Amino acid sequence: MSILKITNLTKNFGGLTAVNNVNLEVKEGEILGLIGPNGSGKTTLFNLINSYYPVSAGTIEFNKLDITGKTTNQIARLGIGRTFQVVKPLKRLSVIDNIMAGAFARENTFAGARKVATEVLEFCYLDDVAEMKAGSLPIAGRKRLEIAKALATRPSLLLLDETAAGLNPTELLQAIEIIKKIRGDLGITIVIVEHIMRVIMTISDRIHAIAQGATIAEGTPSEVSRNPAVIEAYLGSDFKVGDHIHA
Amino acid sequence: MNNFPYLEKREWIILAVAALVPWLFSFSPYFQGLLILVLLWVVLGNSWNLLAGYTGQVSFGHAAFFGIGAYAAAIPYHHFKISPWWGLVTGGLAAVILGYLLGKLVFRLRGPYFALGTLASGEILRLVFGEEEWLTNGHNGIFYMTTFISKIPYYYLILLIAVGSLVAVKAIMNSKLGFYFLSIREDQEAAEALGIDTVKYKNISLAISAFFAGISGAFYMIYMGFVDPEVVFALHSISIITILVGIIGGVGTIWGPAVGALIMVFVQELFRSSFFGLGPQWISQMHSLVFGALVVVVILYLAGGVVGDWDIIRKKFAGKVLKARG
Repeated sequence: MSILKITNLTKNFGGLTAVNNVNLEVKEGEILGLIGPNGSGKTTLFNLINSYYPVSAGTIEFNKLDITGKTTNQIARLGIGRTFQVVKPLKRLSVIDNIMAGAFARENTFAGARKVATEVLEFCYLDDVAEMKAGSLPIAGRKRLEIAKALATRPSLLLLDETAAGLNPTELLQAIEIIKKIRGDLGITIVIVEHIMRVIMTISDRIHAIAQGATIAEGTPSEVSRNPAVIEAYLGSDFKVGDHIHA
Repeated sequence: MNNFPYLEKREWIILAVAALVPWLFSFSPYFQGLLILVLLWVVLGNSWNLLAGYTGQVSFGHAAFFGIGAYAAAIPYHHFKISPWWGLVTGGLAAVILGYLLGKLVFRLRGPYFALGTLASGEILRLVFGEEEWLTNGHNGIFYMTTFISKIPYYYLILLIAVGSLVAVKAIMNSKLGFYFLSIREDQEAAEALGIDTVKYKNISLAISAFFAGISGAFYMIYMGFVDPEVVFALHSISIITILVGIIGGVGTIWGPAVGALIMVFVQELFRSSFFGLGPQWISQMHSLVFGALVVVVILYLAGGVVGDWDIIRKKFAGKVLKARG
């Protein structure tokens, strides 16, 4: 069953078409990787799903409900969580208070929100820095805090925007582990944008590739990585299929 | 920690002292008057702090809510001889309604534009209440013979309101509302992504803030027995001083406005009265200057205000003491 269904979605910024007639279905329980070169419209797609931008044309359905035109906060409360590529910690609040602010989406009492936040803290390996100001966290912590804040809102669909960028190899493994746990332990469906191919190819069940705002391929990681259109989008048209060295 | 009324032991002690202090100065209605003024500023400071300090919506027009509260007490009296004491109820409500209407306009603006929008709101009201004589008696103002001669009843009334505002802010900041206000202050986009309806919660913050400012305005009318648009809608002596009280005490801290109010009233009065009549006359001309200098010092060296940067003050002070001993 599809949890998210995007139909003929288009976004124009003046004369620039950032997202061009994209059709995309996300099945419940899967991890869908969204790939594409820089500027291909991945983040814009996220910004359309959570209504950060109004759509120019097309519809977005979440759990069979048309959410096109709903506000960002309504969509979050319906159960779509997201992280930001450029992290947005609530800087002058402690880490646990950041997470509590998210937890209040489903909880009304201080104690209830605190309980949810404490669980999420442990889940994202942030319990050591719970009382630290979010603004003074190092980058890996901030990336995990982004995930933690979104998780605290108890989403059924999570949009992860480059949560592994800028991490060292150890931190990267930890990030991959957290993402796997989110699906495995919490059963949350994930759409992930990531530039690090090693991450997205190992973690995703399916890959959806876009270039210049339009879909160019969809399929399993191995199918998509062999797709001529994908290779062309990443490496240019001079690069012939079969030339590339398999890692 | 989260038990009503959310006060810690030392806060109860401060309250007990506040409850006794007017009797210590029973020989001096002048001094009691100063204490009342402090508490009035505590209410206004708390009101502003909730909106500006905790929700990040810096208002330069709190006189609008103060003034509307004062006139909500005065206008029914002027026209129908309805006791201004009802203003303690209607003043708060009138300010909430005004806040809702202004919010529709000014919350479309962000940052400095929001500040300018609120500033204009206060100024527009000052002019309107000055011009519409049929309703407000214009610049002649509205007089009312005050109910009590003693200052003691007024002191306890404003103490009650001040404590009420402080407990309310403290309770709010320990609740979902408070977390939402802080999230909005820190990052509105991040707040929206967490499911926070930023428009709705900014309006709630404004409504609560306006409510207390309105009550303080009504109290002012009851206590002074006089309102005049130039006084209650004043840009400098209400809107700006409200901000300075918050800045000196500590923006976004529970006790900041209370400490700021205490410092502001006594520093100003110390100079206004030429050190209570002991110094040369020309000192009284300096009270605004000295207060301004104090604000500059606080902004430069104690950006968090006296309460927010208390640790820094204590360390500096302790360091000096140690040096002197060593």
